[in-house]
Amino acid sequence: MTETRIFTERLSAAAQQRLGVRGLSKYFGDFAANSDVTLSVDRGEIHALLGENGAGKSTLVKMIYGILTPDAGSMELDGAAYRPSKPSDARAHGVGMVFQHFAVFDALRVIDNIALGLDGRMPDAALADEVMAICDRYRLHIELGRHVADLGAGERQRLEIIRVLMQDPSLLILDEPTSVLTPQETEELFLTLDRLSDEGRSIIYISHKLDEVRALCDRATLLRGGQVVDVVDPRQESTRSLGEKMIGERLAETKRVHPTIHETEPRLSIRAGDIWPATEHAMILKEIYLSVHPGSILGIAGVSGNGQDALFDLLSGELPMPNPESMLLDGEVIGHLSIEARRHLGVLSAPEGRLGHAAVPELTLWENVILTARHTRGIMRNEHLISGRNAKSFAKEVMETFDVKASSVEAKASSLSGGNLQKFLIGREILGAPRLFIVSNPTWGVDAKAQQFIHQRLLELAATGCAVIVMSQDIDELLSITDRICAICHGQLSRTHDTEVMTPEHLGALMLGQEIIG
Amino acid sequence: MIRFEARAETHWFHEWIAVIAALVLTALTAALVLMALGFDPANSLHRIVVRPLASTYGVSELIAKATPLITIGVALSLGFRAGVWNIGAEGQLVVGGLTGGAVALALYGVDWFWVLPVVLVGGALGGMAWAAIPAFLKVRFNANEILVSLMLTYVALLLLSVMVHGPLRDPDGFNFPESRLFHDAATLPKLFDAGRGHIGFIFALVFAGLGTWMVKRWHLGFEMKVSGLSPRAAQFAGYSRNQTIWISLLIGGALSGFAGVVEVTGNIGQLVPNISPSYGFTAIIVAFLARLHPLAVVPAGLLVALSYLAGEAAQLSLGIPGAMTQVFQGLLLFFLLGTSMLVNYRIRLWRSV
Repeated sequence: MTETRIFTERLSAAAQQRLGVRGLSKYFGDFAANSDVTLSVDRGEIHALLGENGAGKSTLVKMIYGILTPDAGSMELDGAAYRPSKPSDARAHGVGMVFQHFAVFDALRVIDNIALGLDGRMPDAALADEVMAICDRYRLHIELGRHVADLGAGERQRLEIIRVLMQDPSLLILDEPTSVLTPQETEELFLTLDRLSDEGRSIIYISHKLDEVRALCDRATLLRGGQVVDVVDPRQESTRSLGEKMIGERLAETKRVHPTIHETEPRLSIRAGDIWPATEHAMILKEIYLSVHPGSILGIAGVSGNGQDALFDLLSGELPMPNPESMLLDGEVIGHLSIEARRHLGVLSAPEGRLGHAAVPELTLWENVILTARHTRGIMRNEHLISGRNAKSFAKEVMETFDVKASSVEAKASSLSGGNLQKFLIGREILGAPRLFIVSNPTWGVDAKAQQFIHQRLLELAATGCAVIVMSQDIDELLSITDRICAICHGQLSRTHDTEVMTPEHLGALMLGQEIIG
Repeated sequence: MIRFEARAETHWFHEWIAVIAALVLTALTAALVLMALGFDPANSLHRIVVRPLASTYGVSELIAKATPLITIGVALSLGFRAGVWNIGAEGQLVVGGLTGGAVALALYGVDWFWVLPVVLVGGALGGMAWAAIPAFLKVRFNANEILVSLMLTYVALLLLSVMVHGPLRDPDGFNFPESRLFHDAATLPKLFDAGRGHIGFIFALVFAGLGTWMVKRWHLGFEMKVSGLSPRAAQFAGYSRNQTIWISLLIGGALSGFAGVVEVTGNIGQLVPNISPSYGFTAIIVAFLARLHPLAVVPAGLLVALSYLAGEAAQLSLGIPGAMTQVFQGLLLFFLLGTSMLVNYRIRLWRSV
């Protein structure tokens, strides 16, 4: 596998640059996703692309990888003009990409998946040897004979990286690679990436996790609104200064509101043991014992796909509890109640899926408040008739109180950015004065400012005496806002620990299903 | 190369432009077809589209044909919004006509004012019962309502045939497969002196109004809309999908059955083996022509009724085969679907870099 190709090239000063992008622009209709973007990546450099959602990072790398064609500008690769018209062109030029969402075949073995990515190769012993050589060199541990369906997110990602490395790329693009990884897996990935860059391969690393970028990357190009706002050395910046450059304004500190002393009675307690949810596809949940007190925030950590969906649906009431008497709200059995009946008791929730679950994309904001706030907030004129005026005024109240940027309450839910829609949907529930609030991945895919705003609101909500359950795969989020914390792995819930004594490493271990002793 | 690009935002007038464009394209294509058949297009179009409307008789006939289309179209637009695809309105219409007609025959000779209401309710209940079959099978066994309701249409047609050949046949009818003529007490009053337009049209307008009110203000209508747009969000909101299925199909069955009994008591005056020229299927076109808006079903129903009249006029005054009606309707639907694409997408010519 030929690092020879990389090393035999003469390294003159001009040839130090691997990829040069000049004046690249891309329009979707009248919207400029990228305008006049310039980017330079050197050999052996790990270069971060930093920006909020919608800043144009994905558009830029899609043009580099040949998925999109630029409307203006030019690219150079290793000193020669580079204009890929499709991804296979890009691969032929030595550009490889690992996507955020894995494109692997669950039903096939690892080795079959690798062979499928290579034209005309069979999953035979020769291929296995080659793959093993790569795995050894880059410390990518994977078992070739296992079925992909049995692999965790970290292993799937390693499979994707191996597939790309089989093509011996000189430029590797990684799109938010750590979003599905535990801290331990992230460490391992960083070792692999360091090794790759030592060999002279260049890496474009897309992320909005500032700590990671500071730990890993040599340079960072910051994008905002489709334009390059700065190129910095992330090691010379603080997380805070990077964040402010990325967003373009100063961030307030998330203030930790100290929780009141726990009362003896929990607001919610579940002593269910094992649960077989009443739908086919939901994961079987094991050892579901949890309680949360008024005024406190319980975090449930977990890499997505480990049973959170079923647990969330059982908590919110979308799925009925198979053993209803195991679920108590202030001592009353609520496990048998529907989601609507639970809302009447003040059990409100905000699921992870914003469009199509928490909100109907085609409907306006004021119509979307009817979904969950229709009884708690007097939106109905009577049992059967909707009061459009009340719905609109409540939607307006949510927009104002939660700083939601939208043209009006008549805006369709789908027209809002992720952060604004999330603020709206969380506000819709919080203004319903919940006694118990369950939220899943409250800041997934939202920008840093909205994230900080939402955290602040959740802390304030708890301070009013509401019990809050936050399910999340963002470890930093859980450690900064929760009081108690547990983790779910393969449907099994861990014991609950005080957040104060929890470290990222401990939490990572819990997320991998390893219980902490003591 | 041509490609479609999603519009960032849509405006209400886009929909109107799409409908008007479809109408213009239909007229132009119809003119081309007429030209190909050797007719002067302007003159022929005038004779088959404008002249039928120039008399009270013509308007009355238009209303007679539009009545079942609007009545059923309102119900279908509500159900289709909810994502419940009742394709069997024709069967529900036939059963409604049969049960309502049977009630009328059973009360033959009773000359009280409540006979007609009882007959109409009998028809609506018959259609409702017929639609309850796909609803039950869908809720209980997740059977596809499109297939079940469609297949039941053919069962309904045969059922009507059996009844008019057998038990409901007029004993004095020389063995023709027809019932006796309904008593005056079970016949809907006419709207005009000429033509067959009857007060069923007033009912149709009321249904359109009620349907609009349900969509705009009624929580039930909102629930059905959410259920159709996003089943998961409906579940999260606490809306029952099964309730939506039941209500969509029962409304569809009730109004289709009502259209059926109105057709036999207002238009035909007796039960015959064939009581509907596919109104139940044509109403699907009407519902989509109205873009599933109950109020817009009224002009849409009148327009499609006009296409029936135009087809008849084409036969009578131009000597063109009756299949022309279907050609007109097919053209209309084709262009509507084509132009409705442009409501949400715009055409871009391929620009290379």
